[in-house]
Amino acid sequence: MDFSLSKTETLFLQMIREFADKEVKPLAAEVDEEERFPVETVEKMAKLGIMGIPVPVEYGGAGGNNVLYSMAVEELSAACATTGVIVSAHTSLCAAPILEFGNKEQKAKYLPKLASGEWLGAFGLTEPNAGTDASSQQTIAVEDGDNYILNGSKIFITNAEYGHVYIIFAMTDKSKGVKGISAFIVEKDFPGFSVGKKEKKMGIRGSATCELIMENCVVPKANLLGKINEGFSIAMKTLDGGRIGIAAQALGIAQGAINETVKYVKERKQFGKPISAFQNTQFQLADLQTRVVASRLLVRQAAFKKDKGQNYSTEAAMAKLYAAETAMEVTNKAIQMHGGYGYTREYPVERMFRDAKITEIYEGTSEVQRMVISAALLK
Amino acid sequence: MKIVVCIKQVPDTTEIKINPTTGTLIRDGVPSIINPDDKAGLELALSLKDKFNAHITVITMGPAQAEDVLREAYAMGVDRAILLTDRKFAGADTLATSHALAGALRKLEFDLLITGRQAIDGDTAQVGPQIAEHLDLPQVSYLEHLDFDGKNTFTVKRRVEDGYEILQVDGPCVVTVLSGAYKPRYMTVSGIVGAYEKEVEFWGFEQIDVVESKLGLKGSPTRVHKAFSRGVKAPGELYEVDTNEAAGIIISKLKEKFII
Repeated sequence: MDFSLSKTETLFLQMIREFADKEVKPLAAEVDEEERFPVETVEKMAKLGIMGIPVPVEYGGAGGNNVLYSMAVEELSAACATTGVIVSAHTSLCAAPILEFGNKEQKAKYLPKLASGEWLGAFGLTEPNAGTDASSQQTIAVEDGDNYILNGSKIFITNAEYGHVYIIFAMTDKSKGVKGISAFIVEKDFPGFSVGKKEKKMGIRGSATCELIMENCVVPKANLLGKINEGFSIAMKTLDGGRIGIAAQALGIAQGAINETVKYVKERKQFGKPISAFQNTQFQLADLQTRVVASRLLVRQAAFKKDKGQNYSTEAAMAKLYAAETAMEVTNKAIQMHGGYGYTREYPVERMFRDAKITEIYEGTSEVQRMVISAALLK
Repeated sequence: MKIVVCIKQVPDTTEIKINPTTGTLIRDGVPSIINPDDKAGLELALSLKDKFNAHITVITMGPAQAEDVLREAYAMGVDRAILLTDRKFAGADTLATSHALAGALRKLEFDLLITGRQAIDGDTAQVGPQIAEHLDLPQVSYLEHLDFDGKNTFTVKRRVEDGYEILQVDGPCVVTVLSGAYKPRYMTVSGIVGAYEKEVEFWGFEQIDVVESKLGLKGSPTRVHKAFSRGVKAPGELYEVDTNEAAGIIISKLKEKFII
């Protein structure tokens, strides 16, 4: 067993840390305050190949793997969680299912545009009445000659407003329930497709989270992803991969908050000495950093198993559950160690606390992760 | 168009801490980086590759681990990388280093040779100009900007103490670049993924064209007399006043210390 980083991973971390520090971190407060999607950052990331890290070179990607991808999401999120989730949703929820379940034509048509970052990807599963109970899809798809006609709406869709291509789930056979759901690749210019209202969120405020509306939306049959009525399994497998991305995002937020706190406690003086000299500060930081490193090992394990082609579903659920709850605890205590200043927007831990909460909710709540983990244990 | 860029692996001096009791540098755990002036030179070469499809070779002299900076250069987009390494090169001062590099450069074709102005671990600014002398090539040091006419002439802006000079120079020639001249690009992800699959050529004494007596410790006339760390200065006094009043304060302080 070897826990050391490879030469390639070391070089990659050097690049992504420098990029996050110089290009992403300076914008984080503004992106949050103004609820602004960082278009310029996405362009820069596209140029460097960050929008297609695990996509093979033959499809225009960087030819990297999921370990590198998880490192990228972690480092970006340590600077700005909005930027982290843009990359995560694009890569894990749109490019990955096309790579895994798409046919030759679909891969050739969509992956080069997604991997180069020319197009931004998104994923539409959640509906007003289908959250954790994702099988209760009300969006329907009906065959019509060479097309499917989709009707329905999706909510809470990351990247929606700036997306070009969406993986959309719809009922193709209502009588079959879960086994009657199919997946489609939908382009933003398809007739009958539109982006609805934008959500006002607590955190990750720069990511454009919107509603998607399909009103007699015409989707060519060639854009059916995978086999008919196998959409639910595609959705669940896609979310397994997505959890690595969100776990990495939570991990990044947590490490980012610790880094800020370490800096602060060395500078802040009370009772004539820096607060880092108090054992309460030292012990709290020790506990928090231990949890963060444990989260990192879980995230890298899940990414490693995915890269090896092994079953990683439970590991991804554990990584997301633990990293998300760690992010909440770390950011909460980071504010406490900052005292009153931590409650203001002058210090980034306030934003990090708000950003952390969503990682316990999206791409499967912490309760769903516990269901996945216990199901594997008790089967 | 062919370009050769000389780069050096240096300790990141911004990360170096001083041991407070012994006064010596703590080099453990200090990351190694591409020397900043050299990295700007690399960016100049890459920008010429973007515009004129130039072929770029990077070369460095150093121990085996200096290979890492060549891999980084590959990830930024260079085409060929050579590591000059041999026990015979060890202990070299700037003169012996420039002889070894010139020996390797005699084996390479180029229109433009780029070096950084100076390395942050030595600050001598000697190796670039020395190489130019050994190879009998025109040189422009302290380069801030370079334009290429697409044929064989470079128009360069070089910084001098009280301003700058604009010069024209034909290739092959040597330029030494300032770190602020060109902002280095980031490595790309695909460049990083491919960097360790590319070949780094290891060249020793046998592969280069130079007399052995000019190399290594034997070829190094520099002798270090004494190394010491500067004492800690007092923090000084700060006055926020207008210019006239400031001049008065300075004069009275200098008089106090019997300097004037």
